[in-house]
Amino acid sequence: MTPRQRMFALLVAALLLIVIVDLVRRRRLREEFSILWLGVGIGVAVLAAWYDLQLWLTHLIGAISSSTTVFLFAFIFLALMNLHFSVRMSKMTDQIKSLAQTVAILEAEPSERNGENTAV
Amino acid sequence: MKTAAIIPAYNESQRVAQIVSATSEYVDVVAVVDDGSTDSTADEAQSAGATVLKLPVNIGYGGALQAGYRWAVSKGIEALVQLDADGQHDPHDIPALLKPVIEDRCDLALGSRFLKQDSWQATFSRRLGMKFFSLLIRIFSGRRIADPTTGFQAMNHRVIERVASGAYPDDFPDADVIVMLHRERFRIEEVGVVMKPPPAGKSMHSGLKPLYYIVKMTLAILVVAMRRNEGGGDP
Repeated sequence: MTPRQRMFALLVAALLLIVIVDLVRRRRLREEFSILWLGVGIGVAVLAAWYDLQLWLTHLIGAISSSTTVFLFAFIFLALMNLHFSVRMSKMTDQIKSLAQTVAILEAEPSERNGENTAV
Repeated sequence: MKTAAIIPAYNESQRVAQIVSATSEYVDVVAVVDDGSTDSTADEAQSAGATVLKLPVNIGYGGALQAGYRWAVSKGIEALVQLDADGQHDPHDIPALLKPVIEDRCDLALGSRFLKQDSWQATFSRRLGMKFFSLLIRIFSGRRIADPTTGFQAMNHRVIERVASGAYPDDFPDADVIVMLHRERFRIEEVGVVMKPPPAGKSMHSGLKPLYYIVKMTLAILVVAMRRNEGGGDP
């Protein structure tokens, strides 16, 4: 890795970390999600500063080029993030369904008490 | 015994009042679950004498049914019949469907179009799908159910409490629920009922939905078969 490449990677990592912290500060990103993205920023910074680690990882997974390692881990991370969001969406869908049902039942109560419809 | 009917409805303002009136002859109370309709379904149902559960957003057929089950539990309903608002199910069959439940011969009675001669018998492709799901039910529960996609059902308070709580399918609660309840030792019977063809353009199984339905339902049955029983029925 050339010094210019290393400098660029470190700059990207620093920018990513600043943006994440700023989003959390302005309450645009929840802390629980920021942890994942902060991990990415730190990971990019570590790999940029410590090229031997990148080479070791490349050897470990059997890749030829170290750029393959970076892209592979980026892909794995994005796939895991998608899975995480799918799980969250499933949970939120159940919560919305339950809330909607509860609202409907509670809203029916006053009209039932007033005898606006068939009594049970 | 307190009896009720729940009718999930989405944009059924043209038919719902007629269904409510006919249904109210056979049960103590009729509840229409308005699944986020954009027309006057809720007003029509209320004018016809139904209790209306108005969902603030559209959550799907299964979610609407479950709202009805939860309401029934809160009202202490002991026997419940569910039917569609599109006129496919004939309210005159309600006594026959409720009878085995009230007499405690079964926990869940399924209205079957195949046990009555003058019932609409569905298209060839739909009958093929029913055969497929009947086969899956037989493999995973050992039970022979002729009409696994029927939405015309009657159930006692044990089944109502079971389906009101916990996981319940949002969109198509059919064969997977039958397998789940059978595995939990609820007693299931089929009763012959009259089914009419769905109104034009109102079928839940139009467009690409049949393909989604087959894949989703097959997966749901496999998942139900893999899950440990949550209990509820008689041991």
